[in-house]
Amino acid sequence: MPELLQIENIRKTFPGVVALDDVSFSVAPGEIHTLLGENGAGKSTLMNVFTGLYHPDSGRMYLNGEPVHFTSPRDSLSRGIGMVHQHFMLVPAHSVFENILLALDKVRQVYDRKHYQQKMQKLIDTFGLDLDLDTEVWKLSIGAQQWIELIKLLLRDCRLLILDEPTAVLTPQETERLFKVLRLLQEQGKSIIFISHKMREVMEISDRVTVLKKGRSIATLERGHFNRETLAGLMIGRDRIPEWQRNMQMSEKIILDIKNLSVRNDRGLADLDDFSLQLKEGEILGIAGVAGNGQKALAEALTGLKEVSKGQIFAGLVDITHSTARSSYISGIAHIPEDRKSIGIAPDLDVADNLIMKSFKNSFFRRGIFQNRSAIRHNAEEKISRFAIKSGPEGSPVRYLSGGNIQKVIIARELSEQPRVLVALYPTRGLDIGSAEYIHKVIVDGAGRGMSTILIAEDLDELLKLSDRIAVMFRGKLVGYVNPRQTTREEIGLMMSGEKQDQQP
Amino acid sequence: MKLVIERRDTSSPLLRFGAPVVSIVIALFFAGALLLLAGVSPLEAYREILYEAVGSLYGLSETLVKATPLILSGLAVSLAFRMQIWNIGAEGQIYMGAMGATWVALFSGMENHWLLMVGMFSAAFICGGLWAGVAGLLRARWSVNEVIVTLMMNYIAILFINYLIYGPWRDPQGFNFPLTAQFAEAARFANFFDTRLHSGFLLALGCALILYLFMERTIWGYQIKVIGSNPQAARYAGMRTGASVFWVLFLSGAIAGIAGFSEVAGLQYRLQHGLSPGYGYTAIIIAWLARRSALGVVIVSLLMGILLVGGDSLQMLWQLPIAFVYAFQGLILFFLLGSDFFIQYRLKLVKGIHHG
Repeated sequence: MPELLQIENIRKTFPGVVALDDVSFSVAPGEIHTLLGENGAGKSTLMNVFTGLYHPDSGRMYLNGEPVHFTSPRDSLSRGIGMVHQHFMLVPAHSVFENILLALDKVRQVYDRKHYQQKMQKLIDTFGLDLDLDTEVWKLSIGAQQWIELIKLLLRDCRLLILDEPTAVLTPQETERLFKVLRLLQEQGKSIIFISHKMREVMEISDRVTVLKKGRSIATLERGHFNRETLAGLMIGRDRIPEWQRNMQMSEKIILDIKNLSVRNDRGLADLDDFSLQLKEGEILGIAGVAGNGQKALAEALTGLKEVSKGQIFAGLVDITHSTARSSYISGIAHIPEDRKSIGIAPDLDVADNLIMKSFKNSFFRRGIFQNRSAIRHNAEEKISRFAIKSGPEGSPVRYLSGGNIQKVIIARELSEQPRVLVALYPTRGLDIGSAEYIHKVIVDGAGRGMSTILIAEDLDELLKLSDRIAVMFRGKLVGYVNPRQTTREEIGLMMSGEKQDQQP
Repeated sequence: MKLVIERRDTSSPLLRFGAPVVSIVIALFFAGALLLLAGVSPLEAYREILYEAVGSLYGLSETLVKATPLILSGLAVSLAFRMQIWNIGAEGQIYMGAMGATWVALFSGMENHWLLMVGMFSAAFICGGLWAGVAGLLRARWSVNEVIVTLMMNYIAILFINYLIYGPWRDPQGFNFPLTAQFAEAARFANFFDTRLHSGFLLALGCALILYLFMERTIWGYQIKVIGSNPQAARYAGMRTGASVFWVLFLSGAIAGIAGFSEVAGLQYRLQHGLSPGYGYTAIIIAWLARRSALGVVIVSLLMGILLVGGDSLQMLWQLPIAFVYAFQGLILFFLLGSDFFIQYRLKLVKGIHHG
């Protein structure tokens, strides 16, 4: 079969990181080709290579058999390659018509409104979409907004559509409709690169599946040659589960008991839905799940950043769901946030000032209304040497530190108050191996002192290595617990995609 | 080959200090060209400006007099800037502060000098603070943009003062001029060296020192810095950002209010039209150029004072139009702000990128 787009041996590095390493991939006319991989496997980078946002360091790219290189997304779009991003590029206050018009090429200053309206309406009718051209975008559901993005590309005669996790934001019904449209497009000979974490969808829609792992394309399988288990295994890897590294010293005392918790996001959807979880003293409880299934809401509800709409959180026997009881308890919860740069630090302040962000009111760091600069400086010196933070010259803003060192600053701060509970979100994401190992050690050491940890991570290796138990989340619910020493990656993978219920530990 | 703009990771102290100096030199060069066109020798003109502004006791005192309200309102604006709050309303807050001080001076019935001073100060502080506090409350509670609110409230303040001086507060002996009565001696600042220089200047320096200590040494200043640097991180660390927004705007307005107090008590001795010829707006530029530091505000305000006083001499000695003075000040500010860009960014030539 002649390929529409083909890439060979693509390699792309960023300073200090190999994002893509020898990736080959192709998509034929009328084919739906799925890209599968964990976060950080290189999917986004590969997409950005397709659309010309990134230029590969080496490797070849062919369009219809001819070598090409795209200089920009505009360039690739003019050659018929279009992408629907996870975050839509729409003007909320404008109408559907205006948004689509904005995306079109060569619209004259004085344009024939009717002509364009008819063109758009024709597409809408062809695919049986329910979309009113005159409605303002902000009034539309996420699913309908996605239609707009699709129509934009179709009006520009794209032959290849790249859909970056299009179903992540859709309801099951909307997903069904999207799939219908995708099949129609396929019949018209359009090619589609589909990205999804959800195994059921991948099985349903894909003609071919390519699995990316750690920047390499490790397998391409045709329909009929893959099933859920093989894909889960390929995606997560077949290496041996790392050895269990720490002694069991878990007590059976439950330190945090989350009962039927619901948390809504700004759009009113449930990020956490009837979620229950029990955390034991001195335990490292791993939370596995595809990103966006409620992990962040869980962490934010526990650390007081988000209001709980239903359910209860008990610390021992005390209900800390609402009221002031929580705020005092929260001080005993350490939190390593997901997005360390955007909420973990004050980037313009130096290391010393960042280290006292949570404890600046302590009598230790103040003299009346004044700060005790020398205590603050001593604290910084001690933390910098204990956590081996490479902080640059004294007084330099934290934003100049590397990601690993910023993470160490956050961890040094969070663990300095002897917390009872640590909620860690993706604590080693984007860190080099040395820093990641160091952070693992800190968490395990903490557990040795009786600190309980909720470890939310996407790297199964990390979870399997550190956790005493693993809880699996899917769509804001607890799927179940597994024992890291008895489970398989396949089992966790299936639970992560909502396929398999668990066994209780 | 392509010219691209790139953000600097760090800027060296030499650059941070040198760039403004270079930009002033460039501005003087361009202004010199204008002077030549007007038939005036630039060197002579510059010497005259400098002499007028700092070369005599009178000139120096006038420069400091001009700098006084600029320092205070500059501090007010820069305090809010530290928290990424844009107080465009210092002008209105100056007027409201002046109003508060005037009320105490004229209508409180107090006669003791120190009692009056404290009363006028407090009234100015509270009036200016509450005026800005409205924007603070709106911003904290309902996320209303403080730029719009503070700006719009300038007009309200100025027009309200107009109402007072045309109406209820008009001096009965003032021949129908829109002015209040003059303050009694007890309600005035002391003057120094037989010039117009008054204690307001010391008050301004004191405020700069207090604000410096407040920002750099107290736990409140620390919170303001954290919130200004990253409000999300502040919330995550358990700080109450809403309350801080209100109090910072209140304090900012209060300091601008003190500028109003200092003008009526030290210079004009009454509430009148044109009390502030735009000090509150100049304060925004000052705060920007001073880059958050209280000391910087003092230095830049003095520089602005020199420009204002020296500019006057251009008018008087060479009969240059006032527009020329504005052009001269504009050039200097333009290049100073331009240098700011080069401190933060650099221009770089890149060669075309080859693809494999």
